[in-house]
Parts: sequence; structure tokens; C-alpha cells
Amino acid sequence: MSDLITLTIDGTAVSVPKGTLVVDAAKKIGNDIPVFCYHPKLEPVGMCRMCLVEIGLPVRDRATGELVLNADGTPQVNFGRTLQTGCTIVVSEGMVVRTNTQPVDEARESVIEFLLSSHPLDCPICDKGGECPLQNLTMAHGAGTTQMDYSLKLKMDKHVPLGELIYLDRERCIQCARCIRFQEEIVDDPVIRFHNRGRSLEIVTLSDPGFDSYWSGNTTDICPVGALTTSDFRFGARPWELIPVASISVHSPAGANLTFSTRREAKSGGRSVIKRVLPRQNENVNEIWIHDRDRFVHQFADAPDRLQKPLIRKNGQLVEAGWEEAIELVAHKLNGLGEKAAGLSGDRLSNEDLFLFQKFLRQGVKTPHLDLGNRTIMGGDVTAKVGISSGSNLGELGQGDAIVVVASDLHEEEPIWWLRVKQAAQRGATLVILSARPTRLDKFASHTIYYRPGEAVATTRQLLNAAKIAVETAEPDPIKTAADALINAQNLVAFYGAEGLTLAETDTIARLLGNLLLVKGEQPHAGRKNNGLIAVWPHNNTQGAWDMGIHPAFGPGYKALDIPGKDAAAIYAGVQSGEISALYVAGTDPIGDGLLADRGKLDFLVVQELFLTETAKLADVVLPAQSWAERDGTFTSGERRVQRYYPAIPPVGESREDWRILAQIGEKLGLGKTPFAASLVFKEVATAVPAYKGMDYRSLARVEEQWPIIGRSDLYYGGTAYDNKHGLGQQWAAAAEAAAVESFDTADTPTNQPDGIRLIRAAALFTPGTLINHAEVLAERLAKPTLWVNEADASHLQVADGYVVNVAVNGRAVPAIVQMNGKLLKGTAVLRGVPYFPGVVQLEVIGNR
Amino acid sequence: MAHILLRHRDIENIKKLDVYRQHGGYEALKKALTMTPAEVTNVVKASGLRGRGGAGFPTGLKWTFIPKGAQEVYVTINSDESEMGTFKDRELLEYNPHQVIEGALICAYAVGAKRIYNYMRGEFMDAGYAFEEAVQECYAAGLLGENILGSDFSCDMAPYYGAGAYICGEETALLNSLMGELGQPWSKPPFPAIEGLYHKPTVVNNTETLANVPAIISNGADWYKSMGTEKSTGPKIVCLSGHVNKPGNYEVIMGLTYRELIYDEQYGGGIPGGKKFKAMLPSGGSGPVVKEDALDAPITYEGLDKFGSVMGSASVVIMDETTDMVWMAMKCVHFFKHESCGKCTPCREGTYWMDQLLHKIYHGHGTAEDLRVLKSVAGQIGGRTLCALGDFAINPVLSTIRHFPEEYEAKVKGNSPLNGNR
Ligand SMILES: Cc1cc2nc3c(=O)[nH]c(=O)nc-3n(C[C@H](O)[C@H](O)[C@H](O)COP(=O)(O)O)c2cc1C
Ligand code: SF4
Ligand code: SF4
Ligand code: FES
Repeated sequence: MSDLITLTIDGTAVSVPKGTLVVDAAKKIGNDIPVFCYHPKLEPVGMCRMCLVEIGLPVRDRATGELVLNADGTPQVNFGRTLQTGCTIVVSEGMVVRTNTQPVDEARESVIEFLLSSHPLDCPICDKGGECPLQNLTMAHGAGTTQMDYSLKLKMDKHVPLGELIYLDRERCIQCARCIRFQEEIVDDPVIRFHNRGRSLEIVTLSDPGFDSYWSGNTTDICPVGALTTSDFRFGARPWELIPVASISVHSPAGANLTFSTRREAKSGGRSVIKRVLPRQNENVNEIWIHDRDRFVHQFADAPDRLQKPLIRKNGQLVEAGWEEAIELVAHKLNGLGEKAAGLSGDRLSNEDLFLFQKFLRQGVKTPHLDLGNRTIMGGDVTAKVGISSGSNLGELGQGDAIVVVASDLHEEEPIWWLRVKQAAQRGATLVILSARPTRLDKFASHTIYYRPGEAVATTRQLLNAAKIAVETAEPDPIKTAADALINAQNLVAFYGAEGLTLAETDTIARLLGNLLLVKGEQPHAGRKNNGLIAVWPHNNTQGAWDMGIHPAFGPGYKALDIPGKDAAAIYAGVQSGEISALYVAGTDPIGDGLLADRGKLDFLVVQELFLTETAKLADVVLPAQSWAERDGTFTSGERRVQRYYPAIPPVGESREDWRILAQIGEKLGLGKTPFAASLVFKEVATAVPAYKGMDYRSLARVEEQWPIIGRSDLYYGGTAYDNKHGLGQQWAAAAEAAAVESFDTADTPTNQPDGIRLIRAAALFTPGTLINHAEVLAERLAKPTLWVNEADASHLQVADGYVVNVAVNGRAVPAIVQMNGKLLKGTAVLRGVPYFPGVVQLEVIGNR
Repeated sequence: MAHILLRHRDIENIKKLDVYRQHGGYEALKKALTMTPAEVTNVVKASGLRGRGGAGFPTGLKWTFIPKGAQEVYVTINSDESEMGTFKDRELLEYNPHQVIEGALICAYAVGAKRIYNYMRGEFMDAGYAFEEAVQECYAAGLLGENILGSDFSCDMAPYYGAGAYICGEETALLNSLMGELGQPWSKPPFPAIEGLYHKPTVVNNTETLANVPAIISNGADWYKSMGTEKSTGPKIVCLSGHVNKPGNYEVIMGLTYRELIYDEQYGGGIPGGKKFKAMLPSGGSGPVVKEDALDAPITYEGLDKFGSVMGSASVVIMDETTDMVWMAMKCVHFFKHESCGKCTPCREGTYWMDQLLHKIYHGHGTAEDLRVLKSVAGQIGGRTLCALGDFAINPVLSTIRHFPEEYEAKVKGNSPLNGNR
């Protein structure tokens, strides 16, 4: 039996998969049945009654089950007495749907009239005006008049803060519950809901702080009216004045696709500025959702303290200078330094920037010493071999598949992946979690294995060993059961993070998981679609940094170097010892991050940055760079998807693209002419990095039709998320896709398992940082330094909830608020909302009150 | 004639377990336990028993919808009884609770349920306490809990009080409320028999419906069918109120006429002051009003079909010649506006506007246009709502406009002689 069902809609036959709803079937043939409460990503509820249509079913003879035919031989169809909601009815064979009859028109007109009869009709000052489903459907189906007496209309509150990020206008709300259902069904944060009944039905928030969810902004996209607005955008602009520009999240290792809505403004001196950030559909990445950091962090772009001009230290002071002078100076100082020089970069720079960064250092300055300034996790060389295969889509994982997550709190580190994994588990995938502590994902896991901090490698190794043993052990332990579930799965995806791990440990875990993906000898999981390893990188372009050769041991494309250079730790040591006399820092802040105490014995320090960071303050030359919102470029996500972003706003002051600055200095050092455009740099990348072969700015901009249909004329259906017109990106193929790869060497790593209470650091989505600190609206939500301890440990330490303590971390005292956490294993403590530190330390509380 | 349902009127203290048992109580359960569940269902099916909650759905048939072999099944007694003019379930719970429990247990046995909830109207204090006492007696006597009456059948019973919303009488809203969710109906399908409480198959039956079951099992389907009409078998409790001399609950055999109900000495005993009959709401506020011409119709599920109304839960409200029909419609609509759950647009908005318009018209500020809009709004609600409450809400409006147009016209012309008469 085929799984396709054929029905007729307004005389057109359409075949759709079993289980399709009438509204979706109609949408597929371009018949827009109007909806308000229905949303293709949510379970139907049939509340608003906008989708009423005539639905007829073929009549069957009760005795024989045969179709009853009309005189003309067509099947007899029985239409019910009343109209039915197309959003709740599933298609069936031979169904006949009529959407263009008088009763249907009347019903639509009537629902519109009812909705408007208690609507404030304040479109002229409404944020949604111009992109409002209620407006659009009123134009399409409304009568244009009303029978109701306006003087009897209800008045309600219009500026209700549901927290400081989202505001509710109760008069505009049409009670469709899309927001409530999104919070409950999609992101499992049921923090808003209905209160009261009848015409008094209203949205309230139940959490403190209000609307406490990392996903709150999405409700404003799917709200079919202007009832929910974000505090960064409300009353800030009209939708038709906005120019949408496709972009990519710089923070999101999953590579969330964004749209910047920009507008030229008088109050910004005629500059175009980012007014808001909306999701851009990419069903293989973030679907149509983004989290609140990606939505609100844009405010940094206009921060008054952005660097505008090159700065040169003269008489001990950093003073503004021209580019020519700055470039000359840097080129002059670095010329011929060779191994006395070193470079450190960040992983938020583009592939183009990073490629030219290593080229500049290796070929221009002729030093092998370069690395990421703040590397927290290893394994790019492993994902290059057994990383998730090209063409994979986490949205396809479900029944029969398995996912393992090691040492990562996805909800905090990459909510997009958390969502995708959660949804896969809800579709039936087996989820195995190895963690030092409970996380939000545990609820959806079939196997949760907690280890003590410091035992992650050992536990992962046990899992791998258990997976290798084919025979049943006498007593199946939890690890063996989990391992069996993983190894027997149709598809297997492994995530690993760095929580509580040293760099070396992350490397071993990457390799152990690599081997897990290779266990099945002839037909390993690795290399197949929807299988492979994903490193939970800290930023979007950490993968790109690996690919571009920002590594002391690898050149672009993982070409092993004959003589590796110094890694970041050795460079920091060299700065102190004087072995390194000049340091070029781009997009990273080693002094601010506590990795470098001061300039050490440096003769010359160059910093290329957006802001005057702690490191920049000590520099000899500071070069103002453009943020990614101001230019174009590419990032490579943790799923190895190379994606383009586009210039949304003009550069701040005289700032230049990072790659251009490097090329211009490089030109002085004999590296040839500065390329015109980022696309040309990318061409060079595609030649140097074999896996990028065949990619160019045009191929990265390719799009395909996606389901559900999202976008401008379909606002009523999917919300204001933008459709993807500017590129779905391209995933580069891991080595295992083309040829068998050998298993990885997984020698034991030294690990720190201190006595007493073991302390690790946990990530928080809103951990203070360079960009997020500039997002005013998020100020209240920034993670406060918090120490989680188990009750028993708390009483041992003589602290309790609310105590402010100083925690000793690698010689620094970190202040934190104590919060007892009953779910923590005894002997495990967690520090959250503080800067990164690796591995495990013994908890030492200095003084408490 | 002896009562079948309101047996406490014949037997003193039948609410006590020992008295109930002395009069054959729990013998039906005993008998049912010797039959297979399918046999029990078949007897109920054959009896022709139909739901007493208003919709009249065949009870036995409903039980057969529970998927065979379902592991977790629930029975929920619907004692929310919040319809205007309805007060029959309350009397059963307060004075004859064991018959309800016995009926529910037989139902649970028939459908394979191990847990019964009784969702009672929040205001049912006395009735609720009496019912809870009966439940405790049953647990003490081994009639609830493990191995009931020494059989393999085990079943628990949990009384539960609603929070005072009429909509929670609608079965899916009831189940949502029971699960601690907002008391709003869901769009069916799924029907409760397939996906009900906690997404498990669930039978929802009215209190009175279940009270019929023990007698059916004891005396057989033929005995039961011998009462009433072909499509409306058995006894029915009628809640009689309004302008009658003797308001109250009456247990009648279906087929009795409304005229007999109102005028017979053993029932209503006529209209006070010898006033003339004007109109009747046969099904509380939710069914269309009928006029004198309907009085000879039988009290059956189909009896009022040709008068455009329904028996419903048989909450018969009588109005004499002095009653102001616009006032009556306004009162009903005010109730529905207050009780609309707000989930679907036509009911949420439409009841609000009907209420506004009726107040305006009733208070003499209305115009002919308001009357037209009122009709239009009612028409915009009808057949387009998520649950039946929306359709209920327009019944008193459209039926009074149909039967008493002159009263509305007088109001909008400002010369109503009846203003304020109730
Ligand atoms: C708005 C509304 C209110 C209702 N209130 C009640 C009620 O109070 N009691 C009741 O038994 N059924 C009520 N019903 C009917 C129930 O939905 C359901 O049909 C009934 O409980 C089924 O039981 P029965 O088949 O035994 O009648 C109501 C229905 C609606 C639409
Ligand atoms: S706030 Fe918006 S999304 Fe939420 S119920 Fe109201 S109209 Fe719907
Ligand atoms: S008809 Fe009224 S009570 Fe029923 S779901 Fe709609 S709003 Fe709620
Ligand atoms: S009822 Fe179908 S879209 Fe709202």
C-alpha cells in the first residue's frame, strides 16, 4: 500500500503523505487556507476557526464497503452539516475539500469580524503593521466593515511586560495560543499560559524573572498579531522601512541562520543600523528558530565604544593615527622577525580572515607560532575524518537512531542543538548522556550516566569498550546497555563538549567517540549520512579555524606541518620569557581572559579588534576591525556547513575587514596584492583546503525549497521568520565518507582527580563576554557567578543558599553566590557564569558570609 | 410506582451501604462479575440506555469504543451538572450515591478500567460529602479497592471537585481540568474513548446514566426496554422549575408528555395563580425555547424534533404569560458569555457581543439595527464553534426571536409592556 493519500481540493487532485492535515495539503498546491492558531511546527488545536472549509467524504456501502456512485459514475460524497477546521482534519482517500464556496467565504469574513471586534485597530503604531497576518487576512477575507458598536468594545492593558525582553499588548492578542504552545511543545519552557476564561482569557507569565526562556523572542515571530513585541525593537521602526540582510550567528556553533533588519536612521547620523534580528529558515540547521542571545546580541554593533580609527602608542599613550602609518609601522616591526614573532586569533573571525591570518604569519612574518588565543576544546582533526557526514540533517533522526552527548550542557552551550537533539529523542531516537551533572537534556534521555569530575575519559572509554564487546555480559550494567543501544542504532551521532575537561581530555574523548563511530568494522556509522561526530565548539567559526590551519601543527586543510610551531600555552610562556618578542593578536583577548598576565617581555604587540579590550589597552598598535555584520564572509559550523553572511550595516568609523588589514600588511611583506573582495579570498581558500574544493560564493548562496513554506507572502502561515534566499551553505565531506579511516590512537591522558569536592565550570548561554555585555536588553539576564553544591557538601563547607563566597580557581579568587543543587552528585561542585577554566580543581572556598 | 433512580424517595436512608444492600444493592455488580465484560456491555447495549448528560449517545455503544486490550482505561463520572435548571445528579449523589457507584463499577468492569473519577461540580458540598462517605463505606466493605467482592476485579474511585466552570461539564474540558490543565475542551477527534484522561482510553458518562446500569444488569435489557419508547427507553429524571406549583425532580418513564408533567398533580400541579403557560425551556438554558404547541410532545430524545428543540438533560423551565422573553434570553446569554471558555473565536467574541446587544435592547436602548445584528451574530456563531457551548448560547436567542418577535420589536420601539417581568 502506498503511503500517499489522494484527495481533491477545489477540483484539483493532490497526493500527499498519510497523516497530512488538510491545510498543509492545500498549501502544497498553493491554496492558502487562512489560519491563525495553526502553525506548521505546532500541534493543531482548532481554536481560531479561521480555517473552516467544506469537507466531504466518499460514501461507502455499509455492507460491502464499496464506494457508492452517482448516476454519472462519480463517487457520491457526503458533506457534513457544518464546516470543518482544515487544520485539525487529516486527509483521507477520496476526500473532497471546498475552500471557495459561499459558506466558507462567510465563515472567514465572520471570524475576521469577530477578531477585529475586540481588536484595538492601532495598526498605525503597531510594530507588526505591514507584516501582520491579521492585517493581511483582513485584506483578503474581511468585509471591510463591521456590524459591532465600537463604543461597546473592551479596553485592556496595552503595555504588559512579560519580563524585560517581551511585552504583551492584551488588546491585540487574539488568543491563538501559538506563543503558549511554542513554549510548551517546542522548547519545553512552559512559562507563559492562559489565565481566566471567555473574553477575559489572557496571557500571563508564571516565571520569575518573567518569561524566563532562552527562546522567548520566537513567540514574537509566530504571534499572528502585534500582541508580543521585543523590547529592542518595539516602536523602533516600521517593517516596510526595514531592509533584510541574510546573516549567520557568530556565536552559534550550529551556525544559526539569521536575518538582520536594518534601517537608515537620522538619530544614528544617517547610518544604517540593525533594528532587530530574526531567524532565517534553514530546516537543516535552526529551522525557523533562534535563541535570545542571537536575537538580542546585535546591540553591540552600535556601541559607542567601538574602535573607529587605528591607534598607535606614542609617548606611552595610544593615539589615533592613519591607516597608512599603522600598516607601515606594523609591517616594519614584524619584518624579518621570523620565529621571534607569534600570532593568536579568535574563532569568531571568518574563514577569509583566518586563512589570511595564518598566511600572513607563516609566509609573511615567517613564523610557525600561531594558535587560537583561547582554545577550550580539541578534535577538529577528528571531526575532519569522522565528523557528521555531509547531507546530514539532525531533523531526520528518530526511531531507531541514537545520539550520545558527552560532557556538554547543550541547552546552555548551543540551544539549537539542544532543541534538535530533544526533538530527535521525542521522535524516538535513543539518547545517551554522559555528564558530570544533570542537565536540561536528561529529561529526554533514555540512558543517563553521571561520572565524577575527572572521570569523563574513563567513562567514555568504558562506553567504547562495552560497545566493542559483542557478547552479552553476565550482568548488563548501565554503560553496557547504553553502549548496545548506540552501537545497534541505525544512525549514530555523537556530541562532545569540554565541560570539566582539560584540552588533552577533550582530544582523547573526541578520539574515543571517533572510534565508537568506527566500531562496526566494515560498515561503521562514520561516513554515512546522518552519522558522525559533532564537537560542541564555543563559537561558530571554531571549525573554520581548524580548517584554515589556525593550529600550530596543521596548515590549511589539516596538512601536517613538518615542524610544528608553539601552541598558545607555549606562546604565552614565550611572551614571559622573552623568547617571543612580537605578538599579533586578532579577535581574542588573552589578558582579559586571564591567560596572559601582562605584556611580559614583548617588544611589540598588535591587536586587531572591535573594542579596546584589556589586551588592546596594552598594545603598541590597535587596528579597528569590522564586525561580521558590516561585511561579507563565511563561517563553518560544527556540522561543517560553510555558510555565507552578508554586509548589513556600514563599517564603524574607519574600521576594515580583518582579512583586508592582514592582506595590506602582508602586501608590505611581499605577499602580493590585496584581494578586492572576500569572495576572492575564499577562492584562495577553496584552492588551499581540499575539502572546500568546488565551493564558491555562488554555490554557498544556493537555496532549495523548504517545508514548511516561510516568508513574506506566507506570514500568516509560518510567522515573520525570513525565507532563505541567500544560501543554505554547503557541508564539506568528512574523510570517512570517501574512504575507510583508521581508528584513532587513544592513549591515556593525565587527568586531575583532586581530593575533596571537585569543582568544574559550566557554561551559561548568557555568560558575560565582549559582545553580550554590550547588549543592553540582556543586562538583567546575564548569568550571575553561581556556585552549585550538593546539600551535604554545603553543610560540610558551612555555606547555604544565598551565601556569597570566594572560590579559588587557579590562583584567582572568584566571587560567587551559593545555590544548593539537590541533583548534584555528592563531591561535585559547579561554578557557572564565570570565565572559562579548564578541567577539575579542588573546591576551595575562601571566606563566606 | 416505585422509583428506579430516585429510590431514596421510597426507601429511607438508602444512602447508607447497609440499607442499600438490604434492598438488593451491589447484587447487580455481583451478577456482572459472573459475566464476561463483553456480556455486560451487550446487555447495556440491548437495553437501549442513552446518555442522560444531554446528547443521548447510546451508552453501551460508547463502551465498545474502548480499544480491546487497552492496558490503562479510565471511567469518569460526569457530575459537573452546571446547566441552568438542572439539579438531578446532585440529588442522586446526595441521597442515592451507592447506585451511582455500583453503576460506575459495572461500567469499569465492562471496559477494563481500574480507576474511576467522579468529577463533581465544585459547589456540590453536601452532595459531595455524602458521596465521599459512600465511597469510604465501599472501601471498608471491599466494594472498592483490591479484589472487589472476592473477585479478580480491582478498582479505585476518586471523587474530585471542579472549580466552578460550566464548560468543565463538556467531556474533554472535564478531562483537561481533571488533569490539572486549563478547563478548555479539545477539538475532537481524538474522542475520549480513544485518547482521554492522560491520553488513555476513557469513558465519560453522566451520573444519571450510570445510575441506570445496576437495574439493567439485575433485571435485564428486556425489562428496561419495556419502559419508554422504542428509541428512548427507561426512566428519566426531569428537573422541573420555573412557574409551576410543585418544582423539583421527577422520575418519569420516557413518553410522558410535557403537558402531563406540568399539569398533573403528581408532577408540577399546574401554573401558580392559574396563569397561562407561555413558553418552556425543555433543556435548561441550552436548548431552544418552545411554545404551547409543543406541550403534547412526549418527553423523549426525539419528542421535540419537530418543534426545533431537544429534551437534552430534561431541565424543564416553565414560564407563564407574564414572562419577559427578552429578559430570559438576556439572562441565558449572560450565563453563556460568563461561562465561555474563550478558546474559540466565535463563542468568545460572539457571546460577548450578544450579551452587549441584549442588554442594550432589554434596557430600551436598542434599535432595529441592533436586533438585526443580534440575529447576525448568533448566525455567525452557529455551527462554527469548537464545542457545543457556542451552539447552546444562540438557542435561547434565536428561538425567542423566532417565537416572540413582537416582544423584541416592542423593546426596540420602546413600548414593551413586559419590561422587567421574570
Ligand atoms: C458546554 C457543555 C456542558 C456540558 N455539561 C455537562 C454536565 O454538566 N453534565 C453532563 O453529564 N454532561 C455534560 N455535557 C455533555 C458531556 O460532554 C458528555 O456528552 C456527557 O458527559 C456524556 O455522558 P452521557 O453519554 O452519559 O450523557 C456538557 C456538554 C457541553 C457541550
Ligand atoms: S500573544 Fe500572540 S501568539 Fe500569543 S495567544 Fe495572543 S495572539 Fe496568539
Ligand atoms: S464553543 Fe465556547 S466553550 Fe466551547 S471551546 Fe469554543 S469558546 Fe470554549
Ligand atoms: S482553527 Fe484552524 S487555523 Fe485556527
